[in-house]
Amino acid sequence: MCTLAHVFEGLGFATVVLASIREQAERMFAPRTLFCDFPLGRPLGRPSDPLFQTSVLQAGLALLEHESGPVFVDYPEVLTDEGSEQISCTLPPRSNPAELAAVDEATAIRRAYERTVSSNGGRTNFGRVLTLEQVPEAIRALDRIATGTPWKEAGLPADPAQLSIDLRTYYCEAAVSLPGSTVDPTRSGWALERWFLEHTEGGKLLMRARESMKDAGASFAVWFYMAPLDQTTPAPPAS
Amino acid sequence: MSDAEIKRAVAAIPVPEFAEQFFVRPPKLSDCTVAIVTTAGLHHHGHDAFTARDTSYRMLDGERRDIRMGHWSPNFDRVGFSNDYNVVYPVDRLRELAAAGVIGRVAPRHVSFTGNQDETMTALRLDSGPAAAEELRCDGIDVIVLTPV
Repeated sequence: MCTLAHVFEGLGFATVVLASIREQAERMFAPRTLFCDFPLGRPLGRPSDPLFQTSVLQAGLALLEHESGPVFVDYPEVLTDEGSEQISCTLPPRSNPAELAAVDEATAIRRAYERTVSSNGGRTNFGRVLTLEQVPEAIRALDRIATGTPWKEAGLPADPAQLSIDLRTYYCEAAVSLPGSTVDPTRSGWALERWFLEHTEGGKLLMRARESMKDAGASFAVWFYMAPLDQTTPAPPAS
Repeated sequence: MSDAEIKRAVAAIPVPEFAEQFFVRPPKLSDCTVAIVTTAGLHHHGHDAFTARDTSYRMLDGERRDIRMGHWSPNFDRVGFSNDYNVVYPVDRLRELAAAGVIGRVAPRHVSFTGNQDETMTALRLDSGPAAAEELRCDGIDVIVLTPV
């Protein structure tokens, strides 16, 4: 981000960076930096809060009044996400005991996912590499990997890292509309991620497949990016 | 798992150094045309998806709202963006500032790169960055707001 600020400023544009990681931004000396101590992925701070977003934007644009630089200013409000919020939502009961638990679950939450997409005006961040119809196929392939099939022979319909992001997004968007959901998408970031990886069959299977790939000697770049970088503990057992 | 843990883990990543420090004085803000440049890997339907370590960029049509995030990293929250793209790509907020006369005009097009690049960022500095700048110059841009994820 700061690199591009140097590039564009050098080509005649006035730039303002909204930076999220202080230690990196301070070493980059971009011409104008507003350090926003907000969760990664939310550089304007709060989703669905136009007043807050406008305040951040105006604080950034105010840096244009400085006559010389580099300028580094902290936005006065800090937002944190420790992932400690308790997520409550009801996953559907098994409907097809003959099916893999994770496939059964993913199939059953599809309507909830579709309700969330509808309430977001048709927008979704799922679908980078998977279609909805491919979700069961992707989960079955992850199960084959988790039970010992080499990942290249497991029939994954897409790159493992990309597929993992799609699966995570599918579940997290569904969680917003599951029965009894306490998920507030404007606040629940890492708590929702934790819910997916620790409490859903799909998430637990994803972590077991990742662990199997690691143990089988798959290259770091292939398995590591299937989950956030702090996910180094062994996958929880299947329930 | 928390945002703070992720930030701590990436805080010391090497960053590029720049021999020269530029500082452009823009026109009065109420006369400026403002564009967004993000490294969130945003793109529209029909665009090529971003690949890992992709150094290319996508031009975002300021009128379109079919905005997807194609960033490869799993290390940031996507739930907020799914709920409201303005939390990464504040195009509606810029429009409001233009309507209020705070800024002059919102750019007709914006730019997205994707983060998670190699530490030298040579391609962005020497190739795709200047190419995107040329497109923004054609649109009469004065000020760029840069947003990461």
